[in-house]
Amino acid sequence: MAAEELKTGPLEYRTQEGQMGIMGFWIFLGAEVVLFSTLFATYAVLFGRTADAPHPGELFEPGIVLIMTFLLLTSSFTCGLAIHEMRRGSVKGLTIWMAITLALGLGFLGFEIYEFVHYAHEGATIQSSAFWSAFFILAGTHGLHVTLGIGWAILLLIQIKQRGLTNVTSRKFFIISLYWHFLDVIWIFIFTSVYLIGMVI
Amino acid sequence: MANSKKRVPMNHVIGFVLSLVMTLVAAWAAIGSDLPVTWIIIGIMILALLQAGVQLFMFMHVTEAESGNGHVPWNMMFHGFALAGIIVAGSLFTMSFGFDHDHGGGGGDHQQHEEQEQQDHSGH
Repeated sequence: MAAEELKTGPLEYRTQEGQMGIMGFWIFLGAEVVLFSTLFATYAVLFGRTADAPHPGELFEPGIVLIMTFLLLTSSFTCGLAIHEMRRGSVKGLTIWMAITLALGLGFLGFEIYEFVHYAHEGATIQSSAFWSAFFILAGTHGLHVTLGIGWAILLLIQIKQRGLTNVTSRKFFIISLYWHFLDVIWIFIFTSVYLIGMVI
Repeated sequence: MANSKKRVPMNHVIGFVLSLVMTLVAAWAAIGSDLPVTWIIIGIMILALLQAGVQLFMFMHVTEAESGNGHVPWNMMFHGFALAGIIVAGSLFTMSFGFDHDHGGGGGDHQQHEEQEQQDHSGH
């Protein structure tokens, strides 16, 4: 691995620091998969233990969950386009697609907050039963990740406006794109194993 | 990278369409179809894994040459998901299987619970 700067290839991979940063983030994502797996396991074990609170089948609505899924899927797509524009050297394209990604992410968060408030009104709160504790912790941890991702991306957008595309800023954007796609991966599993299975059983 | 010069990244568009289709198929299987519950669960879990694959390979550049042909990313994701599978399946195996919590305890105990519940409900 060359210590000096490479002259070809994507900016974010040209220095060893960039390559190591990206590799380190993949290790972090591996740890995140395991973190979420413990929450999924807790949810699966406590499934059905709703005590006096409503059953998930009564509260889960396909409409709002599908809207949330499509919002997040589309945001993952636009985030991919943002990185594509970044590799074409276009700061403008990167900024526009990233802003669309963040708007979609905010839309997702809005629906999730609405959903949680709605459940709480129906008597399903984090204290109401083991099942709903597990549900809110699992979905809430994902929502917290989305919130952090939005704040992080806003800071990066400010930074790229000040500094332009360099080895460092493009590495940072590449890493947040990995994070954002990863959030979509986790959501696919929440959508499938929490909402769809909750509506089937 | 040759494909970064293209205006529209076709593999991203294909990946996006694929994930939309798989989401709709999974939703239809769960909500609209009359398939047996076991088959629905197996089917939608397979669809979820395929969608995760779409994200990783078509959006997250897992296998691009610059990341060492994806050696580290692939290992992290593979072992992460393998551990996740062991943790979830193992927890269910040790905590849930063989115990149906809806009918927990002995027969007499169960009836007592039911009576109690009925009393609770009539009390409201």
